[in-house]
Amino acid sequence: MIETPQKIIKTSTGRSLRTEEMVVNMGPQHPSTHGVLRLEVVLDGEIVVDVVPHMGYLHRCFEKHCEHMTNYQQVIPYVDRMDYTAAMTNELAFVVGVEKMLKIEVSERVHYIRIIMAELQRIASHLIAIGTFGIDMGAFTPFLYCFRDRERILDMFEATCGARLLYNYMWVGGLSHDLPPGFVETAKQFCVDFKKTLKDLNDLLNYNEIFIKRTANVGILPKDLAINYACSGPMLRGSGVDWDLRRDDPYTLYHKFNWEVVVGKGEVGTVGDVWNRHMVRQREMEQSVYIIEQALASLPDGDVSKTIPKRIRPTPGDNYTRIESPRGELGFYIIAEDSVTPYRIKARAPAFVNLSVINEISKGAMLADLVAIMGSIDIVLGEVDR
Amino acid sequence: MGLLDQKFENANVVVTTMDKLLNWARLSSLWQMQFGLACCAIEMMAASASNFDMMRFGVIPRATPRQCDVMIVSGTVTLKMASRIKRLYDQMSEPRYVISMGSCSNCGGPYWEHGYHVLKGVDRVIPVDVYVPGCPPRPEALIEGLIKLQEKIRNESMAKKKAV
Repeated sequence: MIETPQKIIKTSTGRSLRTEEMVVNMGPQHPSTHGVLRLEVVLDGEIVVDVVPHMGYLHRCFEKHCEHMTNYQQVIPYVDRMDYTAAMTNELAFVVGVEKMLKIEVSERVHYIRIIMAELQRIASHLIAIGTFGIDMGAFTPFLYCFRDRERILDMFEATCGARLLYNYMWVGGLSHDLPPGFVETAKQFCVDFKKTLKDLNDLLNYNEIFIKRTANVGILPKDLAINYACSGPMLRGSGVDWDLRRDDPYTLYHKFNWEVVVGKGEVGTVGDVWNRHMVRQREMEQSVYIIEQALASLPDGDVSKTIPKRIRPTPGDNYTRIESPRGELGFYIIAEDSVTPYRIKARAPAFVNLSVINEISKGAMLADLVAIMGSIDIVLGEVDR
Repeated sequence: MGLLDQKFENANVVVTTMDKLLNWARLSSLWQMQFGLACCAIEMMAASASNFDMMRFGVIPRATPRQCDVMIVSGTVTLKMASRIKRLYDQMSEPRYVISMGSCSNCGGPYWEHGYHVLKGVDRVIPVDVYVPGCPPRPEALIEGLIKLQEKIRNESMAKKKAV
């Protein structure tokens, strides 16, 4: 419980007026906490004095499950359920880590399909982030546009592996299925159509006067603070730090493609505010489309399941692998002993680390702005609590 | 009442039972509590977004339990969350219904065996009307569950006490 000290202020007529800070609970059932987060907010009138996030409402014992599974492959579905809006990138992180420990080299086609899937997933995840952020700001229409295009991506995933949300598609050493016939054409058509949606979103939401008034110069996260709090992903790039693991610590074959790291420039408001973080996501989707287009154009032939090992038994040791998930640096620290099950798996979840900065950036903001700040961090509670 | 609107010249009388009238009103405007727990919440959002459009069944998401008729428990219920769900259910006004969406809230799902912090089914804390299986269920499955709930409401009677 937070102490709420009393203050006595003098009015203009000389009378003393006693004011008191107020503690308000936001969540765990609140439409703009994006899940089951509880924020204990200390308010002075409408000004936020202190924010304490309370977590654990969705703690699903991920790390315990990893130790109890009978082999490494069984961990992949639980990895899916960690960040449920971006299951493909989570699988990629885990699978790349285990492959590194086993020293498996997968074929080029597997790498290409993984990149296509990861980037499609990035678009799908950012579409949810942007759509729900629009709802938080009072704009309902962009949400419908976002979900319309997201459904097209999910249809492609479904044609590939049969699931809409949680896929179990990337396996250690390969993929569960090859691409279905007609996938390349569908994806190419999607890339063409999606560029129009990006323009629509700019018109509807991003350069909307009301939206800018709500988001510009709100929740400013300075560069050094972002680095000190180990923020990553759009949070970090929105503050103007040029850092993207796809370029700076390359995994799979990202170095083969031409694309730019998007950094917040501060056309509206200040670098590091809510609007810039939001725009980084918007522009990242555009870059993802470029990567997908390049990958589709030069998709090599090959077998996607040739290198899948029957039994996974890494040499004892440990390994930390990190990739750029839609939310930032997602890492898996895997300790293997001489067995077919992992001894311990620790997940470094970007949403958890990004959330920790909320207290610093929302001090002095209005309560309504706290909703904007929450939305711009783009947390997924499955990943925060694990 | 679109079917009857401006179809008669003079004022008319429609004869029905009170049960049918109330049930018809209840099942056509099931306001849903906007309350996502885990993965299934994303599919619940998809169900109310463009392609599936759950609002055509009269399901409108509301942010407060006081205005809601149906609670869709969408996702894993942890032990910490269970008491909060019970409290939210208690805050809803009668008649209230619960749809349990997904394996986790049906029975614990993939977290059944080793999930030391997962409630093995939301029906241990609140009564459930319709169970929707799947991990996560497709939006079509959720809509099917909703239609099942509407069927259940259609057969309710004021004379008989609702079995809880």
